[in-house]
Amino acid sequence: MIAFACTVAIFAIGAAMLLNLYRLLVGPDTPTRVLALDTLVINAIALVVLIGIYYGTEIYFEAALLFAMVGFLTTVAYCKYILRGNVME
Amino acid sequence: MTGIGEFAISGLICLGAFFLFVGSLGLAKLPDLMRRLHGPTKATTLGIGSMLIASMLYFLLERGSLSIHELLITTFLFLTAPVTALMVAKAYILCDKKSRKQLPPTGRKSGWAVIDGPQAEGPAQD
Repeated sequence: MIAFACTVAIFAIGAAMLLNLYRLLVGPDTPTRVLALDTLVINAIALVVLIGIYYGTEIYFEAALLFAMVGFLTTVAYCKYILRGNVME
Repeated sequence: MTGIGEFAISGLICLGAFFLFVGSLGLAKLPDLMRRLHGPTKATTLGIGSMLIASMLYFLLERGSLSIHELLITTFLFLTAPVTALMVAKAYILCDKKSRKQLPPTGRKSGWAVIDGPQAEGPAQD
């Protein structure tokens, strides 16, 4: 039952990531693309956690934590670059 | 594993996947960025929280060991989602010149800090 739920959820998250990719490619302005990239990273974290449940191992949590940190840092760096024209001042 | 626990974990996984999909659908479908911000910041955060609770419950019931990695990821994501939304909204206010006339007044002497830059507030300091 859990394996079936994981399969359904993996398909749903795959569709969600395709929608994010559409917004990332089409998005009319730069902040929209940054937001789409951030949502893509959050969906990737969910996918990593689901793979951890599916295979029953705990070794994927460090990957999920690293994804969370790197995704937040890239979003803030992109926004800082749009706002100030520079990342580190 | 008991049947009720398995049912609860499956329900939480499906709920999380549903909210993640709804958040991404809102991002793809809504017309401009200030409305698009609602999907990823609210629905997606709720979805990933539900997914991580399902993972924690699974390892608690399957292995009998409480793993706190998920709480760490949940706390981090719940703390960083508002910061991300604020930064993206500020970047949008700076980039989109058409919507500047629609901005409400700040109620202070200085205007919006993103556009006008920081100015001295209140009595002058020396």
